Amino acid sequence: MAHKDDTPVHEIRPVTQEVRVPERYLPTPTIEPGHSYASITDHISTIVLRKRTPIGWYVGFGISLILMTVLTAAIGKLVFVGVGIWGINHPAGWGMDIINFVWWIGIGHAGTLISAILLLLRQEWRTSINRFAEAMTLFAVASAGLYPALHTGRPWYDFWLFPYPNTMTLWPQFRSPLMWDVFAVSTYATVSALFWYVGLIPDLATLRDRATNVIARKIYGMGALGWRGSAKHWYRYETAYLLLAGLSTPLVLSVHTIVSFDFAVAQIPGWHATFFPPYFVAGAVFAGFAMVLTLAIPARKFLKLEDFITMKHLENMGKVMLATGLIVFYAYLMELFLGWYSGNVFERFMVHNRILGPYWKMYIALIVCNGLAPQLMWVKRFRTSTAMLFITAMFVNVGMWLERFVIIPGSLHRDFLPSSWGMYHGTRWDWSMFIGSMGLFLFLLFLFIRFLPMISIFEMRTLLPEAHAHGEEH
Amino acid sequence: MSDDKTTLDFREFRERIGDIRGREYWRSLEELSRGADFEELLQDEFPRQAAPLANGVHRRDFMKLMSASIALAGAASCTPPSGKPEKIVPYVRQPEDLIPGKPMFFATAMPLGGYTTGVLAESHMGRPTKIEGNPDHPSSLGGTDAFMQASILGLYDPDRSQVVRTFGETRTWSDFIGALQPVLKEAAVNGAGLRILTQTVTSPTLGAAIRALVAQYPGMQWHQWEPVSGDNKREGLRSAFGGYVNAVYHFDKANVVVTLDSDFMSDGAGHVRYSRDFSARRRVRHDTKSMNRLYAIESSPTSSGSIADHRLSVRPSQIEGYARAIAAGLGLGAAGAIAENANWIGALVRDLQRNQGAAIVVAGDDQPPVVHAIAMAINQAIGAIGTTITITDSPEVEPVNQLESLRRLVTDMNAGAVKALIMLGGNPIFDAPADFNFAAAFDKVPFRAHLSPYYDETSMLSHWHIPETHYLETWGDGRAHDGTVSIQQPLIAPLYNGRAAIEVLGALAGGIDQSPYDAVRAYWMANGATETLWRKWLNDGVVANSALPARIASASTSIAAPVAAKQSGGFELRITHDPNIYDGRFANNGWLQELPKPQTKITWENVLLLSPKSANAIGFGDEERDELFNEKHTLQADLSFRGRTLRVPVWVVPGMPENVATIHFGYGRKHGGKIASEPSEKNPGGVDIYPIRFSDGLSGGAGAQITLVRSAGTYPIGCTQEHQSLNPKDVGGDRGIIRSGTFEEYQRDPRALLREEHEGAGEPNESMYPGFEYKNHAWAMVIDTSVCTGCNGCVIACQAENNISIVGKEEVVREREMHWLRIDRYYKGSPENPEVYHQPVPCMQCENAPCEPVCPVEATSHSGDGLNDMTYNRCVGTRYCSNNCPYKVRRFNFFHYADYDTEALKPMRNPDVTIRTRGVMEKCTYCVQRINAAKIEAEKDGPQGRRVRDGEVTTACQQACPSEAITFGDMNDPTSRVANLKKEPANYALLEELNTRPRTTYLGAIRNPNPEIRG
Repeated sequence: MAHKDDTPVHEIRPVTQEVRVPERYLPTPTIEPGHSYASITDHISTIVLRKRTPIGWYVGFGISLILMTVLTAAIGKLVFVGVGIWGINHPAGWGMDIINFVWWIGIGHAGTLISAILLLLRQEWRTSINRFAEAMTLFAVASAGLYPALHTGRPWYDFWLFPYPNTMTLWPQFRSPLMWDVFAVSTYATVSALFWYVGLIPDLATLRDRATNVIARKIYGMGALGWRGSAKHWYRYETAYLLLAGLSTPLVLSVHTIVSFDFAVAQIPGWHATFFPPYFVAGAVFAGFAMVLTLAIPARKFLKLEDFITMKHLENMGKVMLATGLIVFYAYLMELFLGWYSGNVFERFMVHNRILGPYWKMYIALIVCNGLAPQLMWVKRFRTSTAMLFITAMFVNVGMWLERFVIIPGSLHRDFLPSSWGMYHGTRWDWSMFIGSMGLFLFLLFLFIRFLPMISIFEMRTLLPEAHAHGEEH
Repeated sequence: MSDDKTTLDFREFRERIGDIRGREYWRSLEELSRGADFEELLQDEFPRQAAPLANGVHRRDFMKLMSASIALAGAASCTPPSGKPEKIVPYVRQPEDLIPGKPMFFATAMPLGGYTTGVLAESHMGRPTKIEGNPDHPSSLGGTDAFMQASILGLYDPDRSQVVRTFGETRTWSDFIGALQPVLKEAAVNGAGLRILTQTVTSPTLGAAIRALVAQYPGMQWHQWEPVSGDNKREGLRSAFGGYVNAVYHFDKANVVVTLDSDFMSDGAGHVRYSRDFSARRRVRHDTKSMNRLYAIESSPTSSGSIADHRLSVRPSQIEGYARAIAAGLGLGAAGAIAENANWIGALVRDLQRNQGAAIVVAGDDQPPVVHAIAMAINQAIGAIGTTITITDSPEVEPVNQLESLRRLVTDMNAGAVKALIMLGGNPIFDAPADFNFAAAFDKVPFRAHLSPYYDETSMLSHWHIPETHYLETWGDGRAHDGTVSIQQPLIAPLYNGRAAIEVLGALAGGIDQSPYDAVRAYWMANGATETLWRKWLNDGVVANSALPARIASASTSIAAPVAAKQSGGFELRITHDPNIYDGRFANNGWLQELPKPQTKITWENVLLLSPKSANAIGFGDEERDELFNEKHTLQADLSFRGRTLRVPVWVVPGMPENVATIHFGYGRKHGGKIASEPSEKNPGGVDIYPIRFSDGLSGGAGAQITLVRSAGTYPIGCTQEHQSLNPKDVGGDRGIIRSGTFEEYQRDPRALLREEHEGAGEPNESMYPGFEYKNHAWAMVIDTSVCTGCNGCVIACQAENNISIVGKEEVVREREMHWLRIDRYYKGSPENPEVYHQPVPCMQCENAPCEPVCPVEATSHSGDGLNDMTYNRCVGTRYCSNNCPYKVRRFNFFHYADYDTEALKPMRNPDVTIRTRGVMEKCTYCVQRINAAKIEAEKDGPQGRRVRDGEVTTACQQACPSEAITFGDMNDPTSRVANLKKEPANYALLEELNTRPRTTYLGAIRNPNPEIRG
């Protein structure tokens, strides 16, 4: 192997620009110039194959392990004592459990969108971030999946939600949106995992070929499923990948649509609204891109991937965030308008209670985070500043959590009969569970960036000018 | 004693251990053997084995000895317990054999404050599980209050005292008898030192026994003390009628009722009956021509006041002035009349004059005697005495001024004149007036014995504590509010070796073990009973025609001149007993503790009630208050009264008069069970108010100072409902939850009244699909909000019937109370004196139930009868159903609330209803177990079976309701009451615009204000 483990990534940058065009007229590249097939392969696979693990990784992984311990404690307590350790109560049967579920599921959406829809739309810039985003999707779905599974009063009977032949000869209730959730989320998890794994196969083969460690070679080899890179392989691979992309595409829309049905089908004022599906999907994409930015900006820096995740990627993500943010903000305004326009006393009160009720601070914070902060993305200077992008993304991450808080306990706590009004507050166990689920997410993410190529090597290679020497064909 | 101690005498053994119950065998050898002479006997019989005991026990020897003891103990089972059989008679029928799974009902009677109310106790396989009202009993007519319903928990309470004790050490009944002998010997010579302290006694048997004792021990004195004092009424009636008499009201004959700080519908003897009588004149149907009218002049919000047509909120000391103003209006002398609200009083007086002989003025027990006397003078003037009010002799065996009776006792104790004090019930250490220093005087008595159901504050300081039986465990008798006698028959043998008051009196009379059965039966056999009559009395639960005869009496209409009131600054303090735990005696009853108090909806403790303005005046601003209340917190205040200061949580109640602070006594118990013990964080316990309850101000007085304490932080309050008004400003518009109007409007247009401006109301319930056809039954309920006083009888009845768990204050603060049926209370109008509406909310059993389609596992589904069924064992606990329920009637087991472990509570539970586990949703089922029982009965009837008849199924709430506000039945049966009520113009469905098609509907609240009084 040519490289030592911790060689500075690439010293070769032999570039001679033939035509000098003023820089500002140049399109922002999706890969920094000067790379070759070899340099890409080297660079990305080295991150995985180097022997010495950076201290930073240990620190991060250690933190995620600590948070995982919190999660274990929170789940243990929950199973042994009951969901009463949370802040839920009689008006508010759902609280941070469902808030966090929707939050995590929403985050996952960016991955699928980037991988599938942008693939179908031939958006080349997606290439360097899709693997990463897909992994994020999977881990977010894993974190999200914890909540519906554990939020039930008797989680050991959760399997009753699946339609399986049983001695009770009883189907689940197919009219229940929770039932739809089971299908939506499990399909989503399966397809996302497949898509991600299929996309990994050629790279696993690369790692197999380059690994010096016998065990690593065996493991990667098993994962690579005998990939040899023959034309037939490539042909079949491309077909399968496209098919999976086709399958994933409707999922981007369907999963969050169905999650929104949990609310829209119920008749609680503040839930029962027809605009929920598009509103939720836009919100999910919004949240997802914010989370990709949140993770990509530091990862790019620490793993020195600036050449592959370029400013163009970041800027594009900023644009998507702005666009979806506007949709979400529009939905907020529509919610208020429809509440007023309905003329319905309960809906009108709901609007009133959103803005002036006991959770008014949450609502103001929501508008600031999701309505105002993304407006910064109109300005190119902010869009191209990693610091501003990161800050905006953080606002959106918080804002999307607040949005679900405002929708779930914010609607439940004051519904039809004033006698049953109450308040909802998360307890320390609610927060433990939330922080713990972040731990699970980080744990998986750190394992991923250490053991798998976080950027698709073979797809990056297609970005090189050499790849297009014979025309634009795929 | 056996002559020959060398042989084992089994017969004697049996006698000795015969009345020890099974669970007791294991406690101790000493107890089993009942003292030293048994040990002697044992040593004689088994010298080798018994001897080593004295110098420590060897394992083998111990085992041998124990097995011998157990074998002997088993011998007890060879004989029936305590010789003669004591037959109790079932109410409805006596089956040849007990049919497992089929309950039987027995009539008995529950005493409270001396007076008894007839009940029917439901017994499953020999264990009472539920209390119903006895329809034949004049104080009940089938209705019950919360105390009666909760008494079943009192029976099984594992914290009840189980053994005789001397300063905490376990003793036996015979030990007590032994200790009593020297006392009795002395008393036989001079009885003056022997004192008996009882609560109010109406029991003829007990009365006769005490009188016999007084004769036996010359000079012996009988004292009575009941902290919920009836002295004001006694003395007031005495000054009006010249002797201790009893007033029995006939609210069903009254067109106009005026209360002077009286809560006659939820307080005092006969209130269940009064509630029923009053409501009989208040139910408005399409053809109703008249309705009664209630004026309430009161100093704190009460249940009766909450359904009044006109309510004046005044200071307690002003009530007298208003009473005098009414008297003045009737020409009975104008001295001391209050001049405020003259128009109001004028209209009231004219209303009284118009209804000569059909009106009642009733004064509250906390008002001084003079108010009672004035009330009776007014009643005399309006011709009520003899028509709407019957005057009889007092049902009490010996009516006395109890405060003076106790004062005499304390004086004598201090003087050292009391040699022995036998207390039959009561808890004077806790509840005697503060200035009596009862504990100090008590300490000077050389022999103190206390009969009490709990090892409480008084028991701890007594030489002897004897566990008292529950009324369901022993024989007794007592009189109702009108004097009707009921024989109290036991449903179960004493669970904890308790003794009845009659047994203690028997011991005093000569140390002979007289069983309560013998005593009661002997008394009545000597007083007119025959074997047939006795059986009939037991069967009916009442002694026929035993109501005290009406006395030809007229009240003095000359009114005592007013005493110039001493006015001092500060608040006027009103102290009264708690609506849930009474004088503190029910402090260990979790059901009553967790019951939301009728007016404030506060659980588990007492709070200082203030009006909104008074709260502002002490610095508790509206905004801060609302914010805190919203989070179920409040501030505390230091309440100073006559030099004593208590720290109490403050609670603001609309409708409280200005500068009046009301607080309930009974809380702050120190001993007497797990709940009634020293307050801790887990066990709030409330504040003991007795330290500021003085003998000259049993119901408070002027001059209280209240200082808000901010440094102590905020205080959590287990309140189940905040102060929601239905003010459109606060709730976004008219939600149509409570529909109300006046009788006048109703008569003009019965329909228009209830279809107030309410968007969406009355629109046709349209659906794309044809509706489900309910071919057989269609169960439904109608609740008449006109007559609901919010008394809570139904809430506890539901709890008892359906094995509903209590959750504790912490969980109530987290809004997790489990009551299937709650009573919502809404205010309308100004917070100074708002109208109050009560709305009991059980499950609506919607035909289009929003909870059903959202459950992913079909744990809640619809029955063919239209019931919204809940399958507990299918529930995984997603709580989606609760979220989607617009009425929020579903209750979730966030933790494992049900007590699976306490043995004593297991037999209490209704065997027909599942105990729910954690993680499961539950809710009102319309008492489906009762519906099914009736259906099974109907199916068995005849070869084809028959349809369940109207009235055959009564839900627990319906059965308990004193004012008969709840009607249940089959909507498909056109002749059923419920079907007819559904056709009433006042019938409306809660949130009907949601198209849930609820089966539970309401009749709008109709009030009958005097047209002469506007606003």
